[in-house]
Amino acid sequence: MAIPYEFHYEKPLTLQAALELLDKHGENSRLLAGGTDVANEIRMGFRVPGLLIDIKGLEELKAIRVTDGALHIGALVGFDTIRASKPIRDHCHILYEAAGLVASPGVRNRATMVGNICSAVACMDSAAPLLVHDALVHCRSLGGERVVPVAKWFVDNRKTCIGGRELVTHVSIPLQEVKCAGAYQKMMRYTGEDLAAANVGVLRFADGRCHVAFGSVGPIPKRSPRLEKHFLEHGVNPESIVRAREMLEKLIKPISDVRASKEYRMHMAGVMLERALIAAGERLKMPRVIAGKE
Amino acid sequence: MKKISFTLNGERRQVHVSPNEILLEVLRYKMGVKSPKSGCDSGDCGACTVILDGKAVRSCLIFAVEVDGQEILTLEGLSADGLSPLQQALLEKNAFQCGYCAPGMILSAHELLSNKPHPTEGEIKEAISGNLCRCTGYQPIIDAIKSLTQKR
Repeated sequence: MAIPYEFHYEKPLTLQAALELLDKHGENSRLLAGGTDVANEIRMGFRVPGLLIDIKGLEELKAIRVTDGALHIGALVGFDTIRASKPIRDHCHILYEAAGLVASPGVRNRATMVGNICSAVACMDSAAPLLVHDALVHCRSLGGERVVPVAKWFVDNRKTCIGGRELVTHVSIPLQEVKCAGAYQKMMRYTGEDLAAANVGVLRFADGRCHVAFGSVGPIPKRSPRLEKHFLEHGVNPESIVRAREMLEKLIKPISDVRASKEYRMHMAGVMLERALIAAGERLKMPRVIAGKE
Repeated sequence: MKKISFTLNGERRQVHVSPNEILLEVLRYKMGVKSPKSGCDSGDCGACTVILDGKAVRSCLIFAVEVDGQEILTLEGLSADGLSPLQQALLEKNAFQCGYCAPGMILSAHELLSNKPHPTEGEIKEAISGNLCRCTGYQPIIDAIKSLTQKR
């Protein structure tokens, strides 16, 4: 189906040129990286820009680096690259795990993680891994750099706090001092192209701390401080998990839609929380450090 | 309109496109390459798969202007000198009925085998997981790809 909307297209080759275009066109422009969300949205007449700014020519946004105590993932890093990246597997295994569940290989070959959190559809797979790792989102505009904790990044379904003249250059994930291991669970009907009807990310630390994040059970993906406090006080054991699943009823607000009823989502969020806690606990026992330093 | 040039099945081609033209439609209606199909038009079904700079991608989710300077391979290029061994294996196993998914399925399998000549069954299933087939139930397709990896 041909796209009935018209717009202009620019492909800047330097970050400065991209920022100048953004500054000039502001809200009337849209950034294009992998395009797997952008093309669909434009086809549906949603967020159609006057100018599409293709940032795939910006080489500096393609890197994955481990420097200054953090893992840095550039805005143009695709999910296929994440799957092939040893630094990401070593330092943020849960993101590696989640990336393998994003749609299908043909979409992962194109879609980027930063695009995923910029589209900010509530069921995105990148959010829970980034939330449990306290990732930071680095935005640039002509005015300079702004760093936003990922916990404050999401504002509503499909809405982030990015400014109209800003571009996300990269996401940084602090390397953990304490040994830790994560696990990601995604509720879906089949492998290949399904969106998460609910997802859970867990990061467990050797010192007893436990980070928990949920996606697709509310307008934005979120950490659950109440559950984290609960597990810190009572440890992670069969009894505390049963209690946590009861607490969940008041902590998340899933909706019913074409993919699942709210009751099913609620039930599965509890099941997935349990599975993720157990998986992360088993991984924490493994001699090879899956995330963080020994 | 912008003039873009790219390599299509080994041949340097040029075409004028508007920014809102989708690669799939430009390939089919401006370049005469009909193997990529329009199925869901939203990246779910894989019928529009082409190989772009060595990677299987969804041509329904790419604006044609984006591929300026790049290299595209479709089924027409893959079988330019007759059926590829992969296509021959699919034929022998009677792996398709209507054939609508075939071009995408073959290119996804081609990408897998180019990177990994001896994949496991799990890897084969993963590689074609984004290519929907409504006729044969996948098993003959998987068998055909597997038979090829054993022959090598």
